Amino acid sequence: MAAKKPTKKTNASAEELQAYYKDMLLIRRFEEKAGQLYGMGLIGGFCHLYIGQEAVVVGLEATTKEGDSRITTYRDHGHMLACGMNPDGVMAELTGREGGYSRGKGGSMHMFSKEKKFYGGHGIVGANVPLGAGVAFADKYKGNDNVTFTYFGDGAANQGQVYETFNMAALWKLPMIFVIENNQYAMGTSQQRSTSSAEIWERGKAFGIPGEAVDGMDVLAVKDAGERAVKHARSGDGPYILEIKTYRYRGHSMSDPAKYRTREEVQKMRDERDPIEQVRNILLENKYATEDDLKAIDKEIKKIVNDSAEFAKISPEPAPEELWTDIYATEVPQEA
Amino acid sequence: MATEILMPALSPTMEEGTLAKWLVKEGDKVSSGDIMCEIETDKATMEFEAVDEGVIGKILIQEGTEGVKVNTAIAVLLEEGEDASAADSVSSDAPAAAPAPQAAAQSKPAEAKAPAAPKTDTTPDWPEGTKLKQQTVREALRDAMAEEMRRDENVFLMGEEVAEYQGAYKISQGLLDEFGAKRVIDTPITEHGFAGIGVGAAFGGLRPIVEFMTWNFAMQAIDHILNSAAKTLYMSGGQMGAPMVFRGPNGAAARVGAQHSQDYAAWYMQIPGLKVAMPYSASDAKGLMKSAIRDPNPVVFLENEIMYGKSFDVPDVEDYTVPFGKARIWREGSDVTIVSFGIGMTYALEAAEKLAAEGIDAEVIDLRTLRPMDTASTIKSVMKTNRCVTVEEG
Repeated sequence: MAAKKPTKKTNASAEELQAYYKDMLLIRRFEEKAGQLYGMGLIGGFCHLYIGQEAVVVGLEATTKEGDSRITTYRDHGHMLACGMNPDGVMAELTGREGGYSRGKGGSMHMFSKEKKFYGGHGIVGANVPLGAGVAFADKYKGNDNVTFTYFGDGAANQGQVYETFNMAALWKLPMIFVIENNQYAMGTSQQRSTSSAEIWERGKAFGIPGEAVDGMDVLAVKDAGERAVKHARSGDGPYILEIKTYRYRGHSMSDPAKYRTREEVQKMRDERDPIEQVRNILLENKYATEDDLKAIDKEIKKIVNDSAEFAKISPEPAPEELWTDIYATEVPQEA
Repeated sequence: MATEILMPALSPTMEEGTLAKWLVKEGDKVSSGDIMCEIETDKATMEFEAVDEGVIGKILIQEGTEGVKVNTAIAVLLEEGEDASAADSVSSDAPAAAPAPQAAAQSKPAEAKAPAAPKTDTTPDWPEGTKLKQQTVREALRDAMAEEMRRDENVFLMGEEVAEYQGAYKISQGLLDEFGAKRVIDTPITEHGFAGIGVGAAFGGLRPIVEFMTWNFAMQAIDHILNSAAKTLYMSGGQMGAPMVFRGPNGAAARVGAQHSQDYAAWYMQIPGLKVAMPYSASDAKGLMKSAIRDPNPVVFLENEIMYGKSFDVPDVEDYTVPFGKARIWREGSDVTIVSFGIGMTYALEAAEKLAAEGIDAEVIDLRTLRPMDTASTIKSVMKTNRCVTVEEG
């Protein structure tokens, strides 16, 4: 399934491209495995896969520095892997086990990492947007130069609190990047049927927030735009909006048959725009990697994913008494 | 090595389904993402994709078969180059049963005994001889915030009209002058948004105090109070939470309409993860507010507009705090227990006076915090009086 689009010239180094290939492939294979474990009944509840959108988070993570924060919605597995969280801990949280990031109490939609400054994993559409602004507010208050990436979808972009946040983020010049992952469908409702504007990022103009639309199937384009956004936010000029046009190959969740779009539409995207295939072609055409090099990467990724699945199966379920813990803190749960 | 392809569960509740249609046949090569078959659940027809690369060696369940149980082998996948005969000796990828947590040791139920009077903390809020000063609830709340802001630079106040206007009800009077615009922040009229920003700032290590002009307006923000602030500690397995205070006037004021009069005490006290305080006196307003700001959990602090101007004795000491979960007995009595909190205490104490004139000796308990609630003090009192009347507005 080779990408038919001709590959373009790039200044990216072989190492950089190989890293993107590897990071995106890890997300793809991890999500496929999660889908499989879900099918086997090992993952309960809801499960939203990131397949197709890998270039968004991998491209943006390439622009971060130590100390930057990220927060997202419930389609969060890719974000966690991309910011360096351990696949074993993520998969074990999906299966609701003690070895998971939330010790089995969060599941697919609710994972956090204090260490990686990953602030969740939120199930209420739009709610993570002011939360992300709050994290950015804390950085500004403390006087450091960290920025916060606040990811949300085209569906969340219609929530009122997003615009309340645009207003305050612009007013207070909060160091943050609003990342609209526009995968064109808010569950089953297309952007056309739900959203009055064709370009969501342009809504920022009403608040004086600059932004741009980005090809989200091209990891290099995402990284370029991300660098512009980070430069703006880190230098104290306030928020920036990236509307990243992407596509999810799978349904909204595991139980979504996706009848609101044609099989041909999905297949065309996979055949012509796949973010991983695009990087694969650049690597091969520029002789930055051989087929054998890529096979070795595939093998390495497969092992990481299989090991995470194995860990997620053998890690014990939390004891019933755990239902009563972590409801109240006895001391401040994070560094003040 | 040949592997079995198993009937998938395609929704949280699916136990079986119909294998509606095969889109591949024996001998076909598949790679991850290829659609192999269509499966009908009770809700929809779903496409089932291959996860691994290989060749379909054998189809075990024919299309049209109904009632196929989840995890039944439906086909055999061969690795490339593998002979079809390998389909007969497959390795099953069936899920291993989750190791069950160790069953708690069975313990015999204790013999039923007459309950002993519960233990309660009856130490007075301040030792005898403490110097006292008269203060309004309004001044006590302001002093509590100012003292905590001096103590911890991560404490800040945000809300509508809290800074330049000096507070819609003048609770934050003088704070902007002392602490500056960085720490006393006027927000736009946007409760949902600024409550969310407050919670995010708490995630990020600050100790926000979020003022609502009234708790009625906080209905626009209740999602962040419950879903974002109260639940995150649990959902993160204890990694992070929202140590912060949501505060403002609650309940009926004088001569205002229904949209400015609701008492939310009974609502918020039902929410795991929140603590809820509703003080009556100025000393409790001060001591509980200081405890609330220091508490590592989100605290809902319910004030009352009518009480703001009422004066009480407040200990004139450097650092006066009142712990959560400790009721105060305002009046000891032996005939009936009256339990209340917040402005309800006004009526409870008045009633006790009237009852005393009739020769009835009432004990009056102020719960002070509703979550945690000091039920032991009430139980102990009722064991003495055998009668209990509760007084609340919400």
